[in-house]
Amino acid sequence: MTVGLVLVSHSRTLAEGTAELVAQLAADVRVIPAGGTPDGGLGTSPELITDAVTRADGGDGVLILADLGSAVLTARLLLDDLDGDVRLADAPFVEGAVAAGVIAGTGATLTEALAAAEEAWAYRKS
Amino acid sequence: MTAVDAGLCARWMAATAALVTEHADELTALDTAIGDGDHGLNLRRGFAAAAEAVGDTPGAVLKAAGTALVNTTGGASGPLYGTFLRRAAKALGDDPTATATAFAAALGAGLEGVRRLGGAAEGDKTMIDALAPAVAAFTGDDFSTAARAAADAAASGRDATKPLVARKGRASYLGERSAGHIDPGAASSALLFEALAGLT
Repeated sequence: MTVGLVLVSHSRTLAEGTAELVAQLAADVRVIPAGGTPDGGLGTSPELITDAVTRADGGDGVLILADLGSAVLTARLLLDDLDGDVRLADAPFVEGAVAAGVIAGTGATLTEALAAAEEAWAYRKS
Repeated sequence: MTAVDAGLCARWMAATAALVTEHADELTALDTAIGDGDHGLNLRRGFAAAAEAVGDTPGAVLKAAGTALVNTTGGASGPLYGTFLRRAAKALGDDPTATATAFAAALGAGLEGVRRLGGAAEGDKTMIDALAPAVAAFTGDDFSTAARAAADAAASGRDATKPLVARKGRASYLGERSAGHIDPGAASSALLFEALAGLT
């Protein structure tokens, strides 16, 4: 088993697209998107996030990446209520998810995946 | 009036839901100017759910209302108002009634929770600019007097957000262009306290 990832976005398609990207680079990692509201609208759903964390958890912990505003606030709020070893990364959404996914695929611990996600701030683009 | 009971807390939520519904278009208009235009709709849904909250104690009602807000609002205001009410509920504990002083302390705990979750300070052009002065003004042994003073302070705080430049939330991306508009979160926070003052 590996660390699981949950991708929380205000947008369902943004979360799903990012999960697709990560899954391609880290085939053995559970990457569960939790974007938008249950009816597919823009927003954040505690229900979808809680369900995604349960599905992502294979026993080695779950790392949450969140994009903006309510996604971050809701994820932060849920951390207190979620069972198991769950952490929220302070990381850029796409770059952090890819970094954490790739390292998780090598059997890294939750702490290592968290560090990899947060190190993604250092990838400069110009 | 001096004591707060479960019924009063339930009426507070119902009154807030009614005020938010009444002002939903106005909240959305404020949010369209500097946000993503969903504040009126989101809060209407959130407080409608909060108004269904039931419980035997003030703490139980506010905890249920806060949880309903977190689960149904959809935007950032859900976790923030939800935290405000749930932290207040925790401070109220299981007591069947609360004195005005105990209620003031609970509001203070709620404010602290919102500060910690959102990371905003006064002057950042957020709901904190209405909540913080309201909580500070809610003092004394008489609930009605305290609630009226809190509602007035919240309204002043709301109005004072107009010239501010946003430093938190979606409006912060606008930088200087966020000045000249009242913050929608501060406006809805003023409604929460207006509802409280209108109960007696």
